[in-house]
Amino acid sequence: MKTKKMITTVTLALLVGQLAACSSLGVKPWERDILAKDEMALNSAPLDNRFDDHIYFSKEGSSGGRSFAGGGCGCN
Amino acid sequence: MQLKQLANISAALAAASCAVLGQQAQAGTVLDDWQFNSAILLYSETDRVSAGEGVLTARGDFGDEKYLNLGLVVDALTGASATGAVAQPYVQSFTRPSGRGSYDVAPGETPLDDTFHDTRVQLDASWEQPLAANWRVSGGGHVSKEYDYLSLGLNGSVARDFNQKNTTVSLGLAYSHDTISPEGGIASAFAPMLLRSDFADDDSYQAAFAATRDRADDTKDTVDMLLGLTQVINRDWLMQFNYSLSVADGYMTDPFKLVSVVNSNGEVQQNLYESRPDKRTKHSLYWQNKLHLSGTFLDASYRYMWDDWELTSHTADVKWRLPLGEQWYVEPQFRYYQQSAAEFYLPFLQQDEPLPQFASADYRIGKMSAYTLGAKFGTKLAAGNELSFRIAMYQQTPENDGVVAPGILAEVELYEKITAVMAQVSYSF
Repeated sequence: MKTKKMITTVTLALLVGQLAACSSLGVKPWERDILAKDEMALNSAPLDNRFDDHIYFSKEGSSGGRSFAGGGCGCN
Repeated sequence: MQLKQLANISAALAAASCAVLGQQAQAGTVLDDWQFNSAILLYSETDRVSAGEGVLTARGDFGDEKYLNLGLVVDALTGASATGAVAQPYVQSFTRPSGRGSYDVAPGETPLDDTFHDTRVQLDASWEQPLAANWRVSGGGHVSKEYDYLSLGLNGSVARDFNQKNTTVSLGLAYSHDTISPEGGIASAFAPMLLRSDFADDDSYQAAFAATRDRADDTKDTVDMLLGLTQVINRDWLMQFNYSLSVADGYMTDPFKLVSVVNSNGEVQQNLYESRPDKRTKHSLYWQNKLHLSGTFLDASYRYMWDDWELTSHTADVKWRLPLGEQWYVEPQFRYYQQSAAEFYLPFLQQDEPLPQFASADYRIGKMSAYTLGAKFGTKLAAGNELSFRIAMYQQTPENDGVVAPGILAEVELYEKITAVMAQVSYSF
């Protein structure tokens, strides 16, 4: 189990490292037309995410990841 | 009955949101710098819990990229919740968690406590602003109150942009202090659930019930840390990576859950109140992609979570927004979730085996898979307002983690599927 966790962590760390090192990533300020759209926001539907986080926190053994995991209601 | 309760909840939520909308209309231009999001959700499980939840958030623009975010959440729960006790081929009697009154469960039925109801009100606020060139900070807090639960929390974050704002690194910290004061007090670990019918009179029952109670309330402290990296890949692709750590210390047992003790023939001898560890450390890795694909928008994420209760989970979530003409869009949504059981999860205890240190038969920390299938329909209205509808079906499939059911337990359903329907209306203005 520990080995599996380690592999996952290392793989993601490498992936992140690769992205950061690659100089061709990203756009110029005038190329942000699409990225600036509401639909492209990471949290483009904040209320949907609030509801989902609450439901899944109450019904499953996991929470957080996208945002903070802890506290807030007695439903789990 | 359940439909009526649901109708009452939705009427209350509708009234609450109308009251807020009315105030906004009167205030006029003062609120031009504010953006409001409101939504109502109805959630209903077949034969179990129904819930209604209303949210209103406001974001005020104070100029110079300074924002105040305010949130109000009201929710109400009602219906029946699985107690953790096993089904039996005959009628079973249970005492309500308060110790007052009892209920019967039909042969072959999963024991559900039908007195499950609660109302919650949550307020949250946060302030965000630039700190220096390429630096942003935010700080906030929440108060959440239920009949038997109070949560107070503070949070803060700092973010730094690099590489012409194509890369953002952020660090967030949150602390929350929760207090639970369940009806009837908190039972001692593995205290037996007593039945009034086993006692000669009320006084002797009340004395015995009081002896199973340990304290009136308890607390839990949680510290969360979230480390994030956002990277623009190209004009059409944005990526987010998060690592989060959550350390909780305090009361994490569910005061209403039971574990059945069975004999070698699977017959329940006694039901005990469950007991969970008072420490839990969770880690998660989260990877999100936002992609623009020829006029459509794809949101795809994956989360891997693991903790020191030996519970691990995989979550994949995909939402794909497709335009429908000029004004409308449709967004099919799919989520898949899979978790392993916490190390102390047991569907029942065996009478001839020693009592473990911790045990819970709560299916929510057992082996399980779940999926959600849904769709959202939305339209842009005049002045940038937006109206949307979302409907989804959520199904949980608890699984046997290799436990052999003795005797009569083999004839009953120990891992019952749960199906829920969610319907949501949102309006942004």
